[in-house]
Amino acid sequence: MDDPVLAAVGLRCGYEEREVIRGVTLSLRQGEFVGLIGPNGAGKTTLLRALAGRMRADSGRVELRGEPIERIPRRQVARVLAVVPQISAAPFEFTVREVVAMGRTPHLGRLQGEREEDRAAIERALELTRTQDLAQRPVTELSGGEFQRVVVARALAQEAPLMLLDEPVSHLDIGHQVEIFDLLLRLNQEEGRTILCISHDLNLASRYCSRIVAIAQGVVAAEGPPESVITEEEIGRLYGCEVHVDRGPEGRPRVTPLRRRPTS
Amino acid sequence: MRGAGLVMTLVAGVALASALSLSLGAADLAATDAGLAVLSRIPGLSGLDPGLSRAQETIVFELRLPRLLLALLVGCALAVAGVVMQAFFQNPMAAPSIIGISAGASVGATIAVVAGLSIGIGGLGPIPVAAFVGAMAVTALVYALSRRGGRTPVGVLLLTGIAIGSLMSALAALILVTGQDPTRRDLDLVVYWMLGSVAGKTWAHVTLIAPYVLAAGAVTWVFSRDLNVLSLGDDAAHYLGLNVEQVRLILLALSSLLTAAAVAVSGVIGFVGLIVPHLMRIVTGPDHRVLLPASGVAGGVLLALADVLSRTVAAPTEIPLGIITSLLGAPFFLYLLHRRREYGM
Repeated sequence: MDDPVLAAVGLRCGYEEREVIRGVTLSLRQGEFVGLIGPNGAGKTTLLRALAGRMRADSGRVELRGEPIERIPRRQVARVLAVVPQISAAPFEFTVREVVAMGRTPHLGRLQGEREEDRAAIERALELTRTQDLAQRPVTELSGGEFQRVVVARALAQEAPLMLLDEPVSHLDIGHQVEIFDLLLRLNQEEGRTILCISHDLNLASRYCSRIVAIAQGVVAAEGPPESVITEEEIGRLYGCEVHVDRGPEGRPRVTPLRRRPTS
Repeated sequence: MRGAGLVMTLVAGVALASALSLSLGAADLAATDAGLAVLSRIPGLSGLDPGLSRAQETIVFELRLPRLLLALLVGCALAVAGVVMQAFFQNPMAAPSIIGISAGASVGATIAVVAGLSIGIGGLGPIPVAAFVGAMAVTALVYALSRRGGRTPVGVLLLTGIAIGSLMSALAALILVTGQDPTRRDLDLVVYWMLGSVAGKTWAHVTLIAPYVLAAGAVTWVFSRDLNVLSLGDDAAHYLGLNVEQVRLILLALSSLLTAAAVAVSGVIGFVGLIVPHLMRIVTGPDHRVLLPASGVAGGVLLALADVLSRTVAAPTEIPLGIITSLLGAPFFLYLLHRRREYGM
């Protein structure tokens, strides 16, 4: 088997006094499309931030291509690893194109202008996320869903082989949800990009991901192909509610929530 | 507006401010004569000399030109520092003095005068050096107090700055009050300095701060792309390959240097660093590669024009520049806020 492109080994980390990730060992291999699921407060976002080198490990480590991530210069990391964080408001009226163009930052020197290859990457990112019609609009005027697609476009402009996404479709209608996941699948299958995506939508994760990792209370509670993780027992235990799991039209497990489990 | 139109507008602004500043005052000169006299000193343009009298020459070259240049430099420094602080705090309401820099300068100036320190350079008296040291010391203190496990969260930095700023203002006032001695005329100097002014400033002041303002301004411009990315938020900047802590420390040092240099020679001049970036962002858009130099020039022009007002509206009395900028700046800022609702704050 290939060496992992990104791995957490015995990772523990958190904020101030509160430990959030309590010993996670997890690896992403070249070409995988991994869905990260788990209840609110389980530590999904914290794990993603740690995997992206944004949080220091209290113990254990994160390795990018076998090297401790904090030892690699930030610019070099950003050339191979792109992150779509949960969206936050933009304070200034940058245009959509300006924000997407910032995805080229790790490839450009401080005083270097846009080159042909940068323009091509920006255009392609706008096209793939179908945001080219928004290109000249100030990001302050966009809807939540539009802005979410712009943030995905910015990550695409980075042209990194590895992408981490934190709920990239949380503000999108089902049409745009499927569009973004179709796009991720295409990047995964046609370009071999490795993807890790946090999702609250179990059915999207089940349908698109090759592997599911479930996090609960800061540890990996279950992992494996969707068929082995998206089951009535696992999901019921994970989220504390009764669910019905059957097969969707494309053959992947499909979840229907039934009722909250009575607390014993 | 960008490109040639922007450059021409800014050049026209500098020319207008210069003509007014050189010609208006206690002794009015024809704007063309004053302007030509200055241009004629440029090698190769000596044919333009309008033949001013000796007294007029002194007024133009020894009084008004250094004052004009100082206003341009101080306005430029404050505006650029304001641009940096607004990107730094991802907040269009941030100003150069937001983390207590001006208050620190005041403490430095007050201590130096009350203690009778002799630390002047170039015959300038102790205020510029002491104010500069006070400003930089307070920035360092605020930064050190805001460290949290290898990070300096912007919220902590902002609140620490506000707290230390109030503390320093109180300290400066305390020293002034307890050090009050009717025979000491020099304390009036401190009070007057705190109001902010470029009146009575000489070439020595200009040459003292010009290298700092020009060098720090140029280096800041090199970080334009970093400022763009940083204004998307610390997380986004990190994911786009920025060493956020390192870049922020550099930018904080640069903007403090700019503010400290300005405050040291001119005292506390409010609103320029807040309004100019706001105004120019409407004109040029938020891309710092354009916004930063445009704000620098516009800040200089605005302050030079405000200085003309300060010596003409109530002539022969001079109204301190800091009072003019706050009198005009505050209502104008409220107008901008009213006009632009999207800040949601």
